[in-house]
Amino acid sequence: MSDYGKEYAVIVVGAGHAGCEAALAAARIGCKTLLLTMGLDTVAQMSCNPAIGGLAKGHLVHEVDALGGEMGVNIDATGIQFRRLNIKKGPAVRAARAQADRMAYSARMKKVIEQQTCLDLKQGVVVDLLTEQGRVAGVKTRDGLDFRGRSVVLTTGTFMRGLIHVGLNNYPGGRAGEPASEGLSEVLRGLGLTVGRLKTGTPARLAARSINFNLLEKQSGDCKIKPFSFLTDAIEREQVDCYIAHTNKKTHQIIRANIEKSALFAGVIEGVGPRYCPSIEDKVMRFPEKDSHQSFLEPEGLDSTEMYPSGLSTSLPPDVQLQYFRTMVGFADVEIMRPGYAIEYDFVEPTQLRATLETRVLPGLFHAGQINGTSGYEEAAAQGLLAGINAAQYCRGKKPLIVGREQGYLGVMVDDLVTQPTLEPYRMFTSRSEYRLILREDNADQRLTELGRNLGLVCDERWQKYLEKQRQVEAGLQIIRQETLRPSDSEALKALSLGELKNGASFEQLLRRPQITIDLLASRCPALRELSDQALEQLEIAVKYEGYIKRQIEQVERSREQEGVVIPESINFSGLESLSTEVREKLTRVRPATLGQASRIAGVTPAAIAVLQVYLRKFRHG
Amino acid sequence: MITTDTIIAPATAVGEGGIAVVRISGPQSLSALQFFFRPSAQVLTYRSHQLYHGILIDQQKQHIDEVMAVYMAAPHTYTRDDVVEIHCHGSQQVVKAILDLYLKFGLRLAQAGEFTYRAFVNGRLDLTQSEAVAQLIHAKSDSSRKLALSQVEGRLSRTIYNITEKLRDIQILLEAWIDFPEEDLPAADLQEIQRNINSSIIQVVEITDTYSSGKLLLEGASILLVGRPNVGKSSLLNSLLGEERAIVTEVPGTTRDLLEEGITISGVPVRLVDSAGLRKSEDPVEMEGVRRAKQKLQYADLVLYLVDGSMIADEQDRYAYRACRDYPAFLVRTKQDLPQMADTSFCNFPEYGISTKADIGLSELRAAIAGFLLGEHLPTSESVFITEQRHYDALLAAQRNLEKFQEAFSADQPLEFLVFELREALHSLGQISGETTSESVLDGIFSQFCVGK
Repeated sequence: MSDYGKEYAVIVVGAGHAGCEAALAAARIGCKTLLLTMGLDTVAQMSCNPAIGGLAKGHLVHEVDALGGEMGVNIDATGIQFRRLNIKKGPAVRAARAQADRMAYSARMKKVIEQQTCLDLKQGVVVDLLTEQGRVAGVKTRDGLDFRGRSVVLTTGTFMRGLIHVGLNNYPGGRAGEPASEGLSEVLRGLGLTVGRLKTGTPARLAARSINFNLLEKQSGDCKIKPFSFLTDAIEREQVDCYIAHTNKKTHQIIRANIEKSALFAGVIEGVGPRYCPSIEDKVMRFPEKDSHQSFLEPEGLDSTEMYPSGLSTSLPPDVQLQYFRTMVGFADVEIMRPGYAIEYDFVEPTQLRATLETRVLPGLFHAGQINGTSGYEEAAAQGLLAGINAAQYCRGKKPLIVGREQGYLGVMVDDLVTQPTLEPYRMFTSRSEYRLILREDNADQRLTELGRNLGLVCDERWQKYLEKQRQVEAGLQIIRQETLRPSDSEALKALSLGELKNGASFEQLLRRPQITIDLLASRCPALRELSDQALEQLEIAVKYEGYIKRQIEQVERSREQEGVVIPESINFSGLESLSTEVREKLTRVRPATLGQASRIAGVTPAAIAVLQVYLRKFRHG
Repeated sequence: MITTDTIIAPATAVGEGGIAVVRISGPQSLSALQFFFRPSAQVLTYRSHQLYHGILIDQQKQHIDEVMAVYMAAPHTYTRDDVVEIHCHGSQQVVKAILDLYLKFGLRLAQAGEFTYRAFVNGRLDLTQSEAVAQLIHAKSDSSRKLALSQVEGRLSRTIYNITEKLRDIQILLEAWIDFPEEDLPAADLQEIQRNINSSIIQVVEITDTYSSGKLLLEGASILLVGRPNVGKSSLLNSLLGEERAIVTEVPGTTRDLLEEGITISGVPVRLVDSAGLRKSEDPVEMEGVRRAKQKLQYADLVLYLVDGSMIADEQDRYAYRACRDYPAFLVRTKQDLPQMADTSFCNFPEYGISTKADIGLSELRAAIAGFLLGEHLPTSESVFITEQRHYDALLAAQRNLEKFQEAFSADQPLEFLVFELREALHSLGQISGETTSESVLDGIFSQFCVGK
């Protein structure tokens, strides 16, 4: 056994989407940071679909970006098709989505990490944790090397005791072609942590030249790209197309005929898979009335001919996969380059974490990403960022960052994770947020950039851009309040498709009308045209939906009463005899930090909250 | 409120029945029973939920009462604590003696509703149920007891739950459209959604409409007796009360003060308010009575306007009529046993003739009063009534949100604002029957639609 001889503040284990953000955040805050990964060639690897964003996920990327994270900038730099979803369903549910060039995405992220001061990137397989006086003190690698660090962030992805299933065959592995990480989950169990098992899956990758795209519906990107990052002004790039394919009755017949060869249906898999990401065999068996399922064919990169068929993940054997693919229109001669597979892996029940993502059992030990039972690159990145920030704060003896449910999807996710039992891999949905109207992509900077600035994560360029946007929004408000449309201005009335106007109306009043957009007004007003698109968008939303937004903010205010009541760590819930045994047991396990959190634990009744409230009052008064 | 000590209180109203029940709840319940109870057959250990016969004796071994006693072990009890119930003879003296015995022993006398509070705190009852039980305890009449019982059985919760389910299904669909824009979800049947929202509004309104009747059943209606002096108000009051409570004399204006008496008319608890006669008077004491009677008019649920049928209606009768003609009122012609002289065509109230002396028309009057007070909402075992202001407010809020949903729908507002209103409506309904969690919405989405990639 030997010591590497360098003292780190933060050691991040795993260089996936969580690990990269965690390491960059800690280093950018100024902590001496080590990023350890099993393979230096798979930094920020996209193990599943080659895309970033989508509903709620795009929101998370914007939040990561607003706090000074890397994901938004990275996808803006390496995206090959951009589409904004839900344009017509309301401002808060519009979301950015982009196809990534998988290799370029990974390569760029690796480069950013390599260039980051304070950050060392090293290859190594962590097999144990070092502890000292009840705190984490570093990690031990398989090569017998000790790395000393005051805090450790574990981002193990699907690698902990990973078990790959291809048909009825299975073998240990963390991702196709890569070994699993053995031993670490035993160490965590040894600390007293509850470790569970989850499952996920991925479809086959197909050779582009073996697909007849002429028979498929094409889906192109947006003409005008709206970038993810608040730092990116514009993206002008040639975009690639996706295609839409469909399964049919024949496909389903083959799947049904071979169902007993699926690891999922043969009962070989014990881990629980995500309901929002069912395998194709799941879809066929659970919804027999559906004769067809759609699949987006997504290119994996500019220099790759691999195509990713979304919605068709499977644990059927490769020969069956090939057989059913070839029943699909356009796929008669399709070739599989990598077969689809299912993977089981260990996760650590996240109710054992604080809202800072620090484990309660071992101070200084943080968890982020799939180890917390989540799925998705964006969910992982957001947690990684938070864990990296809080590991750094821990080392610096500074106040940890806790993001509230009203501040961001990041806050919603972490609060859900630490209060709700994990029954399947957790994915972000906008429906999980009770304050959806104010958690928009467009205002992520207003919600979080100042927080990031105070932490030292927001660079001067981002900060200046943010201040400038705020200034423009203010200026814009002044303009639309002062500018008026006179009833006599028939040319303007016509241009705005307004009939008659009895009295003059300010632009602000006009903007409240459903058919009047800020762009229309800007076309009549040079002063508005001077403002950035981002500022105009803010202006439009703020004015058009003022009533709704106000009501949502009132809801936030109402909830503060409970959210603000801190439950001291020293409370012994099992001593609260007026609570039922079940409630006591739940509170003891989750250890909510506030009364608001306690109220969100399933099975904790309003009555129990009332009792807790009374008790806390007594507790505070001695 | 402390919830860990042992409390005692009579569980039945004292002096109302042949048997009274004294309830004890808390950790000391069993030892308290064993200390004073001598079962008639030998008992080694008390079995839970079994009734034992025996006697209660005090510390001087003096016999207090022959009783039946039951020990109920936590958690299958009303309060979820250990509970003992002692069934004794219903006299006030016996109950008092038992209470004294146990208070000396160290138990604490329970405050009003404290057993229910414990049940609530121990998670046995949801909010609706515990409120209903609190009402059950204070219920004054048959109808309100029935009403309280139907809430305990969860009829209100069930009805609200049905509405909630319907709205949640709509939410599931809308949230799926928002969160899964790239899935081939079923096409939108917007008309269907609008119809369902409309029918939910109607259902909510049906329940809120019962609020006044529900409240009436619980809190009682106030009925004001009005008429010129000596028209027979006190006699009617007495016959409705069934005993002589008001002073009846031949001297006009005897009943100077307002008398309030609680009775039950066909199951509706009623407070009868007798007023000093409404007439012009110079007597300052009487004037004060008249002023108060006029004030009371505003708060009365029903006015009984009395006219002496055996006499010609005079200016005083018309004066009283004018005072109450803007309020809901019945004309009651008294003294039907005598020749009828009064011309009451100036009055267009529903008319009832009675004679307290000859017992004419009294039961018809009672039925009419009950029918009027309950309106169309005559209580049957199937009705849902709301009585709580909290429920009423929540339903009203839900109704407003659903109406706003319809407005936003018609104005072609983006989907997320429709969901915003729907979520608020569900949140309000959740105040009565429990929250709709985002997890249950996701459950709905995944079980109904084939989504995911």
